[in-house]
Parts: sequence; C-alpha cells; structure tokens
Amino acid sequence: MDETLLSGRGLSLDFGRIQALDGVNIDLWPGEVLAIVGESGSGKSTLLNVLSGRMHPDAGTVWYRGPDGHLADVHGMPEPALRRLLRSDWGFVHQNPRDGLRMTVSAGGNVGERLMAAGARHYGNIREQAAAWLKRVEIDPSRMDDLPRTFSGGMQQRLQIARTLVTHPRLVFMDEPTGGLDVSVQARLLDLIRALVAELRIAVALVTHDIAVARLLAHRIAVMRRGVVVETGLTDQVLDDPQHPYTQLLVASVLQA
Amino acid sequence: MILLRTENLSKSFTLHLQGGVRIGVLDSVDLSVSAGECVALAGPSGAGKSTLMRCLYGNYRAGGGRILVRHDGADVDIATADPRLMIEVRRQTLGYVSQFLRVIPRVSTRDVVAEPLIARGVTVEDARDRAATLLTRLNIPARLQSLPPATFSGGEQQRVNLARGFIAAHPVMLLDEPTASLDPGNRAVVIEMVMEAKSRGAAIVGIFHDAAARDAVADRLYHVAPLAEAA
Repeated sequence: MDETLLSGRGLSLDFGRIQALDGVNIDLWPGEVLAIVGESGSGKSTLLNVLSGRMHPDAGTVWYRGPDGHLADVHGMPEPALRRLLRSDWGFVHQNPRDGLRMTVSAGGNVGERLMAAGARHYGNIREQAAAWLKRVEIDPSRMDDLPRTFSGGMQQRLQIARTLVTHPRLVFMDEPTGGLDVSVQARLLDLIRALVAELRIAVALVTHDIAVARLLAHRIAVMRRGVVVETGLTDQVLDDPQHPYTQLLVASVLQA
Repeated sequence: MILLRTENLSKSFTLHLQGGVRIGVLDSVDLSVSAGECVALAGPSGAGKSTLMRCLYGNYRAGGGRILVRHDGADVDIATADPRLMIEVRRQTLGYVSQFLRVIPRVSTRDVVAEPLIARGVTVEDARDRAATLLTRLNIPARLQSLPPATFSGGEQQRVNLARGFIAAHPVMLLDEPTASLDPGNRAVVIEMVMEAKSRGAAIVGIFHDAAARDAVADRLYHVAPLAEAA
C-alpha cells in the first residue's frame, strides 16, 4: 500500500509555443482509480500518453514499479521492453475503439490475440477464455466470429475492454472511454468498468472531461489546466469543496440533470 | 472512550467565481463524542450543521484545527489525512448517511446496500444476504430488492440509503436527517437501529429536525451557532 505503482516527476512537453505539460508531478498507487479531469486542451490526454510511454516528455521521468518491486524508467527502457509492458502488465483503452481493436480480425480473435501476445499457445483454451470474456462484457459469445465493424459503438467499446483486461493487467490507461457513446450506452459501460476494476483490483489512470464519470469511478482526482495540475485530492472532496478557482468553475459549469 | 473529537475546527468558503468573497461558516468548534454516545447537532437552519458533518466526513476540507477519529487503534486527523488513508478510514471506521441516495446506474438495490461490506472483504453471498435482511427490516419488499433504486420513491431511496449506511456497523457514524421523509413505522425502525448502534458502542453525530426522533436517541445536544451571532 505504501509504494506507488506509477510516478511522473517534473513532466514537461511543448508543442511549438503551446506548453502541453508544465512540470507535472503525479502518482498512482496499486488498485487505485485516478481521474485526470480538465477541459479540452488542458493537457490531460498528453499526460496520459506520456505516462504510458506513448509520447516522450521534453523533461521529467516516469517511474513504473514492476511486480518484482523494481523501479523502471519508462522512457529510459529499450523499445521492446516497453512494448512487452504494454502487452502484458499494462493496457490502454482508447476513446475510439477502432484505435484499440483490429477491425479486420474477429471479436474472439481480438481478445485471443492479446492472450497469445502474452504467451498463451493452446488454441482451445484461448478460444474458451475469449468466449468467457465476451460474456463478461455482455457480448453474446455467438458473435465471437463476427468482425467488430458489424458491432455497435457500445459493443465495440466493450470488446476493447475485454481485449485489454483479458491478460489481467495491473495498470490500465483509459482516454475518455465513454466519450462518443449515447448516454444509455455510457451508463452500461461505466457500470461494467466499475465492477471489473473493483473485482480485478486494477489501477486505472482515467482521462475524462465528464465530472460525473470521475465521481462514479475514481478514488482520486487530479484537475488539469494549461498543462499544470492545479488541484488534486479525494474525489468527493475536490468535487464538493473545490479550492482552486478553475476547479470551482469546472464544477459550477456542470448542468444538473 | 472518545472516538471522535474536533479541536478548534474552523471552515470557510472562498467563492472565486463571486470575486473571491469569503464566507465563514464554522469557528472554534470543539466537539467530542464517546463510544456509545449520540450527540445531536442543534441550531437554526443555515448555522452550519451540515457543513460540520461534511467536514467530519472529510467531504469538506477543514479550514483550520483538527478532526481526530479513532481508527485502527490510533487517532487519525481527518483535516490532514491523505486520500488513501481517508478511503481506508471510511471503509473501516467512519460511516455517513446523507439525505440523498446517489444512484448508480444498473446496480441492484441489494448490491448498493451490500457494497460497503464487500469492500471490507465479506463474501458477495454473505453481504447480499445481510443486505436483504436489513432491507426487509426497513420494509423494502424482496421484489424491489433486485431492481436498481433509480425509480423508487423518495422515502424508499432514503431507506435504501439508510440500509447502506448501517450495514457495515461503523464505529463512528454521521447521520444527516436519517428520519426525514419516513412514515411513523419506518421512523420507529430507524430509531431502533440507532439505539442498537449505540449499544454496540458506536459514537454517533446526528442532525435530526424531527424532535421526537432526536429525543429518543440523543444523549445531548451540541449547539452550532451562526457565525454572525457568535461574533
């Protein structure tokens, strides 16, 4: 409980004249769901990309503590080691399922492929596990051999979640996972993510602009504005008693349903 | 033994969207509650009773002073505890029954109530059984227990909320209007549940607008005065 799983220290990144990240320090502990909130352009997706090694910072370090307790410098490790991490210990759920799925491979294949990448070889077991995971994300296993493009947006997103979680990662990055979905579809997906994350005790770094999503899923919130984390704390405390002017604006701007 | 005490607790809000106006709500609050004791917060509407409750739960950030909760054999200061310790304190020690249920889409009533027990490591079946028993006691019929509470009436949601708040038998409990919008039969059940919590040694702080309920459960009153009057 006392050791962080992932830590970013002094992370900075410029895109030309725009400072996307400006000296960000951030920690994530095992089993914790951290929501990174802020408006478009605040740098939250950039932070997620830097934390997950997909984008290099101009300055700063990202530390990841492996299952053996050893600290690894995410941006200092060789490319194959990082790819191995992204295939096994880590997962990434994209806003657009097309970025996380292989659209020319069947639903079952999408799930099985990640198992195989993590070392599974027995075809029967792989197919069985893929079917079990489709069921878990509420996709009828009879759709197993269908291509993802025949699925609705919500189903595609659930398939992406199954593909990501099948290897039991310790850490999952999520970028607006409910972004492009209808509200009713969102609720179903959120409930599914909530249940799976709690059951598997996965740590999640979740980027969202939706305060309600953060409240439902996150233990802790970091509020970003112009590349800086302006406030961080317990989810309900940050949302119910925001201290920073920008957080107050963000919370006050939410329409009450 | 004192399970909850505040020392010189103060709280104000700075409204940055209103030109940075500062509103003082609590000042030098010294409250202490022992095991088996129920303290009712008294004071006019707007005096800061709910603000005090939310500070005690760590939902509002204390402005100054300390909030000490006996947790796992030691005092934890809610005013400064880091979020992860706070989550642990809430899981094991500090329970809060608010006035309104925050509904989670698609989760059944039974599971909403069972959740605090499952978070503590109780098996799902056991937690569901205990949730069903408590819900039945609060007159939520079995046929409703498998449905999400979103479509329930205000009174039914309040009772689901109470079941969720009482199921984990926290050593320190904060009750914000637990009997509001309940009929006399259910009010009696809730009073009985508060008395049981006291007899198992819980320290309870409550806001009760219902004077009969308050008189039935409270050992003493703690007066929260509006700041302008106090000054």
